[in-house]
Amino acid sequence: MTSDWDGVRLHIVTGKGGTGKTTVAAALAMSLATEGKRVLLAEVEGRQGISGVLDVPRLGEDEVQVATGPGGGQVMGLAVDPKAALLEYLQMFYKLGMAGGMLERFGVVDFATTVAPGLRDVLLIGKVYEAVRRRPGRRGVRQDQVYDAVVLDAPPTGRVGQFLAVNQAMSGLAKVGPVKNQADSINDLLQSDQTAVHLVTLLEEMPVQETVDAVAELRSLPLPLGAVVINQERTPPADEHARNLLAANDFDTAPLADDLGELGLRVGPTLVGGLVQTGRDLVDRLDLEQQERETIAGLGLPTYHLPLLADGLDAGGLLQLATSLADQEAQV
Amino acid sequence: MTAVLDVDQLLADDSVHTIVCCGSGGVGKTTTAAAVAIRAAEQGRTVAVLTIDPARRLAQALGLEHLDNEPAPVESIDSSAGGSLDAMMLDMKRTFDEVVLRHADPGKAQQILENPFYQAVSSSFAGTQEYMAMERLGQLHAEQRDGRARWDLIVVDTPPSRSALDFLDAPKRLGSFLDGRFIRLMMSPAKAGGRAYLKVVSVGVNSVTAVMSKILGGQFLKDAQTFVAALDTMFGGFRERAEQTYALLGDASTAFLVVATPERDALREASYFAGRLGEEGMPLAGLVVNRVQRTHVPSLKEARAEVAAEAADELPARRGKGWQPGDTASLLRLHADLAATAARHEAAIGRFTAAHPTIPQVLVGAAAHDVNDIAQLREIGDELAG
Ligand SMILES: Nc1ncnc2c1ncn2[C@@H]1O[C@H](COP(=O)(O)OP(=O)(O)OP(=O)(O)O)[C@@H](O)[C@H]1O
Ligand SMILES: Nc1ncnc2c1ncn2[C@@H]1O[C@H](COP(=O)(O)OP(=O)(O)OP(=O)(O)O)[C@@H](O)[C@H]1O
Ligand SMILES: [Mg+2]
Ligand SMILES: [Mg+2]
Repeated sequence: MTSDWDGVRLHIVTGKGGTGKTTVAAALAMSLATEGKRVLLAEVEGRQGISGVLDVPRLGEDEVQVATGPGGGQVMGLAVDPKAALLEYLQMFYKLGMAGGMLERFGVVDFATTVAPGLRDVLLIGKVYEAVRRRPGRRGVRQDQVYDAVVLDAPPTGRVGQFLAVNQAMSGLAKVGPVKNQADSINDLLQSDQTAVHLVTLLEEMPVQETVDAVAELRSLPLPLGAVVINQERTPPADEHARNLLAANDFDTAPLADDLGELGLRVGPTLVGGLVQTGRDLVDRLDLEQQERETIAGLGLPTYHLPLLADGLDAGGLLQLATSLADQEAQV
Repeated sequence: MTAVLDVDQLLADDSVHTIVCCGSGGVGKTTTAAAVAIRAAEQGRTVAVLTIDPARRLAQALGLEHLDNEPAPVESIDSSAGGSLDAMMLDMKRTFDEVVLRHADPGKAQQILENPFYQAVSSSFAGTQEYMAMERLGQLHAEQRDGRARWDLIVVDTPPSRSALDFLDAPKRLGSFLDGRFIRLMMSPAKAGGRAYLKVVSVGVNSVTAVMSKILGGQFLKDAQTFVAALDTMFGGFRERAEQTYALLGDASTAFLVVATPERDALREASYFAGRLGEEGMPLAGLVVNRVQRTHVPSLKEARAEVAAEAADELPARRGKGWQPGDTASLLRLHADLAATAARHEAAIGRFTAAHPTIPQVLVGAAAHDVNDIAQLREIGDELAG
């Protein structure tokens, strides 16, 4: 069986804030963790989102197992820390164990990881790059697990272009030398067909608008796009027959009121009017959702659908999302 | 008893000159800032709202079709109470450029603006937005008209940051950088010029520079040092502004509104944020819980609606194509779903309240549509006022 993502080693998941990036990144990592595979799920914003979504202890710079895919593979988790990434980079490339301490004393490490705009992003992506490119037995790295794929829970759409393009800017600034070489290698990976940037959205105007804007921005960089994931999709509980009647201006409420009386509910204007309004809100919402679906279809990207889990998210729910993604990724 | 956030009282308090809306991504910071600003203006205050990345239609509603760093009057508000509203969208590069033009020696300003480091930092790097939002706030407060402050209330939206705290940390980060050893390190060689500096600086500095040069490449390091040296004359101004803005945020004339949605994660972040504001001595006015699900029939609980829906499925069908008991059942199920969400929201809010009984809060219902015109923003404003 092949999947939409054969050959992709780095999955970058973005979307408007709160649409479900972390949740989808976790579900995607699980869906890719088929029999015998090992997938890394990484976050870069220091928010411990993975630990929250997967209900595991706080993550640090050590890669630890955080989940098992529905296919039996392993999902490891990592919260990338810019400082650790910098020190590791210095150690790997320059054997600068001691000098690292000196740089720290002079505030260089602090500067690079917190103050300097942009440098932090360079370090964060650098670490993700290291995990994708990792070879067995390389000296100096903290970890030696090799991954079949890496899934990055990335910054939101508003900042993702800037985040992913930071190495382009860096490469332009450095012109020659080691920083430029490193920046160029990272760019090469990001722009290759080994990378896919996925966008998570809801069927609401603003997340869809941001998705459209982000697609245009990512295409201009250019970065390879993956799928649009429509998250928290609701199946309308009111059937089409009911909706069509409710949408009419001259809707007759008498039969509804009769039924409600029959059911022993206290029939009055609040109940009848309230339920009619509830139905009409749904009609409006579905109209809007339909427009948003058409906008998304216009992007010409593979589209996946994930349901809104009514009880919020728990371990079983996440597994359900992962299985659903695995089914949709599989090409028959 | 939950403490209630009274937004009208806050707006009526003319010692409050700044309202900052903050919270995690996508919760409604921009919407809340716009709604608060409109309400304040319609109650007679002279208001400016500084938005960051408003949705396209909200921007249109505020008359901000083109990105503009300068405040423009919002004509569509009701000014009968004597107030006014100016809206603007943060343009971080323009703000940065203006800082350079204002604080750098005239000769140097152009040199800085043309420096590739400057261009990258001011337009394409993360983190700059937080610095510049604070800078712009300081500028707006300093603006005078007819011998007094041009606005008596500035409502600030905050960027969709990594965390709600980033912008709060920005002035301090800048300050600690400017006071740090790193900056002196970066400036020493370029200042001394030529090779002479090697003799005067300490061995420590010397070897750090050597290490950095190895990592970055000699030319890169030199370019960076030139950039820092060129900015040298501005640093005083920068620090002063950063300190002023930080002090302003902690002042009693500022009020923070923390915005959250009634979901576990957003409320957790709100909790964390409230804690931090407390530690920093920043004045928290309260929590806005936005997009709370409500139902049109609050008395009909989820379980009862579910049971009724099951029973409706059993009722005999009517003749013809009209309304069927099955339709009644589906309406009841729809209501049950919403009631379940509403109950979940209520529980999440309840947990927050239990943990933070003293933080005043106000709930804003989830509108059926996106919020993007003045009338809808007024409705949000009404809800904010309780
Ligand atoms: N399919 C779903 N069904 C139900 N709840 C969901 C679903 N997807 C996400 N959620 C919930 O929505 C909220 C936001 O999800 P998540 O934290 O993954 O979003 P995010 O985009 O990573 O947010 P942020 O921008 O804050 O990082 C969480 O409470 C999560 O449990
Ligand atoms: N009470 C509400 N009812 C319905 N929709 C709302 C409500 N408040 C905000 N929204 C919608 O939610 C979306 C996000 O709102 P908004 O842009 O204000 O959030 P934000 O916190 O500024 O986001 P960001 O972190 O991306 O800047 C918008 O589409 C807005 O129209
Ligand atoms: Mg997240
Ligand atoms: Mg916003």
